[in-house]
Amino acid sequence: MAPIINFFKEEFLMNRFFKLLLSLALVMALAIPAAAGVLAEVQKKGVLTLGVSEGVAGFSAPDSKGKWVGFDVDMGHAVAAAVLKNADAIKYVPLASKQKIVAVSSGQVDITSRTTTWTMKRDAKQGVDFTVVVFYDGQGFMVKKDLGVKSAKDLNGASVSVTSGTTSELNVADFARANKIKLETVVFESKKEAFNAYLAGRVDAFTTDMSQLAAMRTTTPDPSQHIILPEMFSKEPMGPLVRHGDNQWKDLVTWVIYGLIEAEEKGITQANVLEMKAKSQDPVVKRMLGATGDIGSFINLDNDWLVRAIQAVGNYGEIYERHFGSDTTLNIPRGNNNLWTNGGLMYAMPIR
Amino acid sequence: MMLPAAPQIKSFTPRPDLPPPVGAVGAIGWLRTNLFNGGFNSVLTLLCLWLLYKVVPPISNWMILDACWVGGPEMCGQSQGACWAFIWHKLRVLLIGTYPQEQLWRPSLVGVIFVLLTLATVSGRFKTRHLLPAWLFLPVLSFWLIGGGSVGLPVVDQSNWGGLMLSLGLAVVGILVSVPLGILLALGRQSSTGIIKPLCVGIIEPIRGVPLVTILFMASVMIPLFLPADMQINNLLRVQIGIILFSSAYMAEVVRGGLQAIPRGQLDAAKALGLNYWKMTLLIVLPQALRHVLPSLVGRCIALFKDTSLVIIVGLLDLLGMAKAAAQDQEWLGHNAEAYVFCALVYWCICFSMSRYGRSLEKRGAQQTR
Repeated sequence: MAPIINFFKEEFLMNRFFKLLLSLALVMALAIPAAAGVLAEVQKKGVLTLGVSEGVAGFSAPDSKGKWVGFDVDMGHAVAAAVLKNADAIKYVPLASKQKIVAVSSGQVDITSRTTTWTMKRDAKQGVDFTVVVFYDGQGFMVKKDLGVKSAKDLNGASVSVTSGTTSELNVADFARANKIKLETVVFESKKEAFNAYLAGRVDAFTTDMSQLAAMRTTTPDPSQHIILPEMFSKEPMGPLVRHGDNQWKDLVTWVIYGLIEAEEKGITQANVLEMKAKSQDPVVKRMLGATGDIGSFINLDNDWLVRAIQAVGNYGEIYERHFGSDTTLNIPRGNNNLWTNGGLMYAMPIR
Repeated sequence: MMLPAAPQIKSFTPRPDLPPPVGAVGAIGWLRTNLFNGGFNSVLTLLCLWLLYKVVPPISNWMILDACWVGGPEMCGQSQGACWAFIWHKLRVLLIGTYPQEQLWRPSLVGVIFVLLTLATVSGRFKTRHLLPAWLFLPVLSFWLIGGGSVGLPVVDQSNWGGLMLSLGLAVVGILVSVPLGILLALGRQSSTGIIKPLCVGIIEPIRGVPLVTILFMASVMIPLFLPADMQINNLLRVQIGIILFSSAYMAEVVRGGLQAIPRGQLDAAKALGLNYWKMTLLIVLPQALRHVLPSLVGRCIALFKDTSLVIIVGLLDLLGMAKAAAQDQEWLGHNAEAYVFCALVYWCICFSMSRYGRSLEKRGAQQTR
């Protein structure tokens, strides 16, 4: 434990020093004009350098064979398939939380696809551009199934365990006030303690970000006894990010992901994509899949770019089901990540 | 007439000793002298026994009796104890990271060579002048085998190196480079000629003044920002250089302690024999100085090996990092404890062996001086 404790001590002491150096370095990085475009570089190297996490369940983690899998990884496969015609032409670079912004702004990776929240500071000041929100995370509640609650609005009078010193306590209070219910918060030092208190029955509900609720639920003896309520009451929008200033590359990544979302809306799946391209009469589908028009040239690719991406990983809904769906251990309700037509926030800009 | 009877000599045979009191020998005696000699120690003993009683059964239940040794994630979900099947499934990832499946033979071969060379060194049957080149050649050979890129071996990028392989690689290269570098820095610090001393102090003190985490962070996060956009130095190389610099600054101070313990007379005698500086240093000073500081040098090497686990903060997945990442696999969620126990065991085995080898070196050294 000693190195870990030292690490935190040191980190605390060094914080100001780091901040100073970091801001200095960022100024320098911003001053460097973007050299050749990332697209040209990636095509020249023949491999996409993808920044991933050091292991976050469902998003990116190595499987037993040492292959990176996950929701964020599939976004990388889609881009690699569109650009390089080979979904596996990816070099994975695990990034620690502190590196995830710098690695992309300094050009060590072409895309960081690693549970990164889109904030104004990162977008405007830290030399990166966010592309599309692929996962709307945010705070949610977990309750025991036998409580019989279906919505967080039914939690009137319930006690909730939260972690001290985080915004989650405030968020719970705001949620309660907005919905005119009473929630009693019980504060704990760490997330694990708060969760254990919930498991032991000392409180009725436990709250943290939805994706973490799901991951923590799988560690319980019988995960099916706990349900995650659909309401999300804080904003943690996460999406892949690219270097600031390379608009050509940003456009490409953005539209590949919009393509995946639009494909779900149009019912194009991994299985039927070729059939849809050949037979669909829908002008939107024909244009997207390159049967008519020259959409691909808008992002400097050929006309089959989206067909390849969908063949590689399926549409957005399929990717979500594969990693978070009801068949997986995580089983995160779609909620805000549903299509706008189903009451969610996933809305692709028109591909035309 | 009757002869007076010979005086009866009573032979006196001592009675056999009584057995010592039951309380002084045997198991009870041992208990009395070692565990219950006095009220305070008795209380301590009882407290320890109670603690053992509270701690050992749950741990052994978890680790052995209730543990799940084979099977898939479902089997593990049912058992109350540890899930060693998890470690078994993840062994590949823990040992070599995300190294491609079809190239497995390459790290395996390096592993075999490494183990053989270690055994050869530990056995003490081979001469240092044969072993040293072998150890220096090992990183070159490993780099070529694992990294590939020439003579028909496909390139395996550094981002795929991980697990125990990465920990050991960082440590071995770190030790091989930082020991000589540390010795040079220490000699430089003792030097009286012009610029060398301030230069060495200028390297050692700033590096000793900052924590390793800072150096790793600087190497990995800051340096790329200062480099021109088209110049990319590999992350692993930057981190390795950081570790070497950090370690050699500490090695230098350890060696300096040994240098200062050499009596002045030895140097004067060497000079009187007409030895020049390098001969004096290599033949007289260093052999004695290093023998003095061997325990601390071995300690630094062990610390260096353990320090490599910090590279996780710069996104290199060494043994510990891979253990954490492996526990995030969707199918096997919630086995962090097993992963950490496994890591602790591996780290302990390696560090303990290093420490034992250090002890045997000390003994060998002591015999030579006699």
